[in-house]
Amino acid sequence: MQILNYIGYFLISIGTIFLFLGGLGILRMPDFYTRLQAGTKASTLGAMSTILGIGFLQPEWFVKTFIIVVFIAIANPLSSHALARGSHKAKQMPFLKDEKIGDAYKEEEEKLHKNQKKEDK
Amino acid sequence: MGTSVSKLNKFTYTWLILFLVWLGFTTTFAFAEVVTGILLSFTVAIFSYKSFTYDGLKIFSPRRLMYIVQYFFVFMLALIKANIDVAKIVINPKLPINPGIVEFNSQLKSPFAKLILANSITLTPGTITVDIIDNKYFIHWLYVTGTDQETTYKEIAKQFEDILIKIYN
Repeated sequence: MQILNYIGYFLISIGTIFLFLGGLGILRMPDFYTRLQAGTKASTLGAMSTILGIGFLQPEWFVKTFIIVVFIAIANPLSSHALARGSHKAKQMPFLKDEKIGDAYKEEEEKLHKNQKKEDK
Repeated sequence: MGTSVSKLNKFTYTWLILFLVWLGFTTTFAFAEVVTGILLSFTVAIFSYKSFTYDGLKIFSPRRLMYIVQYFFVFMLALIKANIDVAKIVINPKLPINPGIVEFNSQLKSPFAKLILANSITLTPGTITVDIIDNKYFIHWLYVTGTDQETTYKEIAKQFEDILIKIYN
């Protein structure tokens, strides 16, 4: 039982560290998309390991916490995908450091747009 | 793939999954609880089985289950690695990022497999799926190492897609 407690506290500490780093990342990153990266990555592992840690501290809750972790793993990427797609549709362009690396999605969208205009005519 | 599965098959699958979630949340095998769970999941399954699943019970063949377990471990490793990578970038005072949006083609056919691949990509090293158009994936990448499709495919998707193809195609 003691060992379960240690694992629980260890997971919770790891989780809080990652949640803190996620917050720091949101402050430091230059634009929306990179902030989204920090927000989704660090906070998924942060939230997952904090909740699992609680499951280890209270073994009768373990199955429930595991289900919550699975839900987070499904829902978190969906919401961040929706945010990224939505902001790109709203003409929020990503910050690009290197000129060689472009925005493939923008080109594809423009193509689609042209095709649609042709069809309309 | 989705149309070939019978209604009964889909319904049983939905019922089973919903009932397992019920068991997980109540965490008891008391008679009244279990009966309530069976009845409730039956009722919910009647309304939701059409949109709940594409592949039905097929997923429970032993060969597929083995690959699903393998996928779980590959995914967990990639997830932990991703978090440490992003954490390192955030701590680094120089903030070494080189963002861009890249594309690659996927060979997956099942819509559910595509969803899982997109979700896994979003949760792994510095990548977010911005959109999927037919088989093209558009990925926002925090540290781009190459823009041609082969490099991006190898770096981002290969480890997941190899297993997903075995499960779904």
